[in-house]
Amino acid sequence: VQADGTDGNCVTFVLHDEDHTLGNSLRYMVMKNPDVEFCGYCITHPSESKINFRIQTRGALPAVEPFRKGLNDLMGVCQHVLNTFEVRLSEGLRGL
Amino acid sequence: LAAVAAMAAKRSTDEMRDRVVLGEFGVRNVHTTDFPGNYPGYEDAWDQRRFEEAFRVDIIREEEGALEFDMVGIDAAIANAFRRILLAEVPTMAVEKVFVYNNTSIVQDEILAHRLGLIPIRADPRLFEYRNQGDEEGTEIDTLQFQLKIKCSRNPQAAKESSDPNELYFNHKVYSKHMTWVPLGNQTDLFPDADFRPVHDDILIALLRPGQEIDVLMHCVKGIGKDHAKFSPVATASYRLLPDITLLQPVEDEAAEMLQKCFSPGVIEIQNIKGKKVARVANARLDTFSREVFRHDSLKNLVRLARVRNHYIFSVESTGILPPDVLVSEAIKILMGKCQRFLNELDSLPME
Repeated sequence: VQADGTDGNCVTFVLHDEDHTLGNSLRYMVMKNPDVEFCGYCITHPSESKINFRIQTRGALPAVEPFRKGLNDLMGVCQHVLNTFEVRLSEGLRGL
Repeated sequence: LAAVAAMAAKRSTDEMRDRVVLGEFGVRNVHTTDFPGNYPGYEDAWDQRRFEEAFRVDIIREEEGALEFDMVGIDAAIANAFRRILLAEVPTMAVEKVFVYNNTSIVQDEILAHRLGLIPIRADPRLFEYRNQGDEEGTEIDTLQFQLKIKCSRNPQAAKESSDPNELYFNHKVYSKHMTWVPLGNQTDLFPDADFRPVHDDILIALLRPGQEIDVLMHCVKGIGKDHAKFSPVATASYRLLPDITLLQPVEDEAAEMLQKCFSPGVIEIQNIKGKKVARVANARLDTFSREVFRHDSLKNLVRLARVRNHYIFSVESTGILPPDVLVSEAIKILMGKCQRFLNELDSLPME
């Protein structure tokens, strides 16, 4: 992870060893945050596995906050999906 | 009148928000647009509770090696992330290094090694570690050793005139069942009941003739599909969106028959109402959307073909190493692991 930007509100994170898998899902979670003015990611070159992930916030919020919130929200989503999936699986097995 | 117009406007924004419409020449409303600020009057900011209420998983069909399930209420980005992880980042064990002691068969060494690498090995990858970079020998916690030692010989009891190779030779077909596990170090104690072997016994590796033999030792390591496709645990993992077919006007008689033929069998059913044949959408889920309707001018404007944006029908087919439900759980855990990794890095960075 490497942060770079003009002031605390617009930051570009360079995430190494990542691609669309995390990039797109994280972008979606960060975009759902009403404090974020701009969020996007791009893969600098397909031969290198790193992505540039940029967040710009409205107002004076430091950009690391939506990034952290996005990661936590994504973890929450995955946890809920996992729980729901396992519950449904066990229900199916018991119902058989 | 203003109220009717407002209702129509709301219906069209609802359509834009949750349907992907297939027009005659293109697909509309492809991208997710429900981000906060885009639609006045809609609550779009992320709310875990609202997500949990709307989200559900339905297991449709669960077979030996295949699983079909529905995920409703999730977005394309996350569904795609699960699909990508299932294909490329769930680890498995596969043959990586082949030590060739003797190979006098027709199959070249490298071709033989390539074929051996692609054989799925029934070994739970969660019991093993990744091999360290630069470690050539392999320890018992990260390597499985297999041996393939087979020699073809002539059958002295075969009839003089027979030309059937099954009769004439012994061991002329090398199958994956001839691969035997050679425990390393304390693996017999670590895995007392384990039976490590290829998933399928009848994979043909090579053909031999009398006098030819193959004697190789194989090291299996843990890897992911991103590195080499042999490590991919799924035959394939795919998803499609739930189809949504609406008839904009009532369709009757001959037009109804023609409509039924335009879709996959079972999608449109014809009912007899007051002597007239009326078409009705019975089960839109079965349709494969060949868009045959658009070829008939008379039927083109009577139907709206769309897909429900947040209803994903996943189909996961495993190669047999791990059952498909375990694979899906592992994939979700891997995505969580990725997020956790970055959260840890964020916490360890000095805050400027």
